[in-house]
Amino acid sequence: MTDYFLAPFLDNEFMRLALLAGFVTAVICAIAGTFIVLRGLAFIGDALAHGVLPGIAAATLLGVSTIVGAAVGAAVLVGGVGLITRRTRLSSDTAIGLLFVGMLALGVIMTSRSESFAGDLTQILFGELLGADSSQLAWMIGSTMAVGVVTYVCRRPFMLLCISRDLARANGFNASLYEALMMSVIGVAILASFQSVGTLLVFGLLIAPPSTAALVTRRLHTMIIVASISGVVATYSGLLASYHYDLAAGASVVVSASAIFVVVFAASTLRRRQLSGSHPAVAHGGGHHHAH
Amino acid sequence: MPTDMIVATDLSVGYGSHAVVDHVNLRLAPGTLVALMGSNGSGKSTILKTLVGLLQPVSGSVSVLGDVPGSHPARVAYVPQHSATSETLPLRARDVVAMGRYARLGLLARFSRHDRDVVDEAMHTMGVSSFADKPLQSLSGGQCQRVHLAQAIAHEADVWFLDEPTAGLDAEGRDTVTACVSAARERGACVVVSTHDIDDAREADIVLLVAKEVIAQGSPREVLTDANLRRMYGFTGQH
Repeated sequence: MTDYFLAPFLDNEFMRLALLAGFVTAVICAIAGTFIVLRGLAFIGDALAHGVLPGIAAATLLGVSTIVGAAVGAAVLVGGVGLITRRTRLSSDTAIGLLFVGMLALGVIMTSRSESFAGDLTQILFGELLGADSSQLAWMIGSTMAVGVVTYVCRRPFMLLCISRDLARANGFNASLYEALMMSVIGVAILASFQSVGTLLVFGLLIAPPSTAALVTRRLHTMIIVASISGVVATYSGLLASYHYDLAAGASVVVSASAIFVVVFAASTLRRRQLSGSHPAVAHGGGHHHAH
Repeated sequence: MPTDMIVATDLSVGYGSHAVVDHVNLRLAPGTLVALMGSNGSGKSTILKTLVGLLQPVSGSVSVLGDVPGSHPARVAYVPQHSATSETLPLRARDVVAMGRYARLGLLARFSRHDRDVVDEAMHTMGVSSFADKPLQSLSGGQCQRVHLAQAIAHEADVWFLDEPTAGLDAEGRDTVTACVSAARERGACVVVSTHDIDDAREADIVLLVAKEVIAQGSPREVLTDANLRRMYGFTGQH
C-alpha cells in the first residue's frame, strides 16, 4: 500500500521535483485563479495562457529565456487588448478573442517553421512537469511568494473590484492601478507555471481548483486555501496516476483537478438537496427576485 | 448657517462629451435629504455617479465637501444598485458591512477595536446581526439591502449617495431604509437618493424631477404635481 502511494516519490528524484513543482504551481494558480473566477476574467486568463506562445517560440529561436519571451507575449496581449478597447468600439471580449487566436496561430507558425521545434510545441502546450529542475523551482517559489504578498496587501481593493469597479473607486482606491496589479498577478502565475504544466494546461489549474473552492467556501481567504489544497491533491494524484499507468503528467494533474470539481459539485448538490428536504424552511429564506 | 456640503452650478452630467442631463443646480446643507426622481434612463444615476466622482462633469462646476467629487472617500458613502454578480462572491454579511471601513483604513491599516465596534453597531442598527455569519448569497433581497445599508452606516460618512435603495423592497424593507436615512440625517449627514417611487420622493426635503433634464426642483409639495409628473413620464416613457 505505502509502496503504491509513496514509493514513486521516495525512489525518484525527478518525481520529488515534479511533486514540489506541482505543489507550487497549485498554490500560485489557486491565488491568481480565485480572482479569475470571482471577477469573471476567464476569457482574458485563457487568452493570456495561450497568447504567450509566440513569445516563447521567438525566445527559443533567439536563444533567450522562454520566461522573458512569455512575459513579452503576455504584455503585448494585455497592451493590445487595452489599446483596441480604448481606440475602437469593439468590446474587450472581441479584442481578446482577436489577439488570442492571432497570437496562438502566430506561435504555431513559428514553431512549425523551425526544425528545432519538432517536439517542443507539445512541450510548450503541455509542459514538462517531470523535467522540473531546482533553478526553475526557485523561480517558481519566488513568484508564488511575490504573488501571495501582493494579493495579501491588495486584498481590500481586490475584493471591492470583484464586486464592482465603481465601488473600488468610490472607496478611494485607484481602480486602474489595482486592475493592472490583478492582471499582473494572473500573468506572473501563468509565467511561473507554463514550464511545468504547459500553456494549455495551466488554465485548467487556474480555473478548476478555485471553482471547486467557490462551491464550498464563504470567505476569500478560505477560498484560496481550499483551492490550494484541491490543487495540491490534484497534483499528487495526477502524478501518481501518471507514474503507475504511464500517462502524460501535466494532463493527468489537470484531469484530477477537474475530477475533484465534479465530485465536490455532486456532493454539495446532494447535501443541499438533503438539507432542503429535511428543513424546507431553512433552505432559502424567501428570496426575492427582481429584474431591476 | 453651516456651509453647504454639495454645490453644483450649471452642471451637465453625462459620458465623455455627451451630456445626459444639463443645468443641474444644487446647494445642499448638512442634514438635507434630496430625492432624484425619474424613470429608468432619466439620468438620475448619472447625476449620482458624477457627485460620487465616478464620472467627470461634462461642463459646469461641482464640489462635494468643498472639493472636486471623489476627493474625500472616507467621508462619502456610496451604495450602488445591486446586481446579481455581487451575490456570487464568497462574502459573509459581516464582511460586506466591514467594507464600510475600507475608505478610512485604506490599503494597510488594521481593523482596530473601534472599527469592529462600529461594524457591530451598524449591523445592530440595521437588524442584521442575527445573520452576520451567513453567506451573502443565502440572504433574501431585503436582507441584502439591509446589509448594504449597514455598510453605509459603518462608513460614518458625512455625505450619502444611495442609488435606488428601495428598489424591489417590500413595505418593511422600505421602513428600514427610511429609518437608516433618518439616522444619517440626525448625525448631520447630507443624503442623496435616486428613486422612481413617488412615496420615497415625498419624504425628501428637496426633490429633483429628472427626465434628461431637471423638469422641476423644490419641496415635494411644489414639485410632485400632476402636471410635472405627466411631463416627466411623457419624456422618457414609463417603464
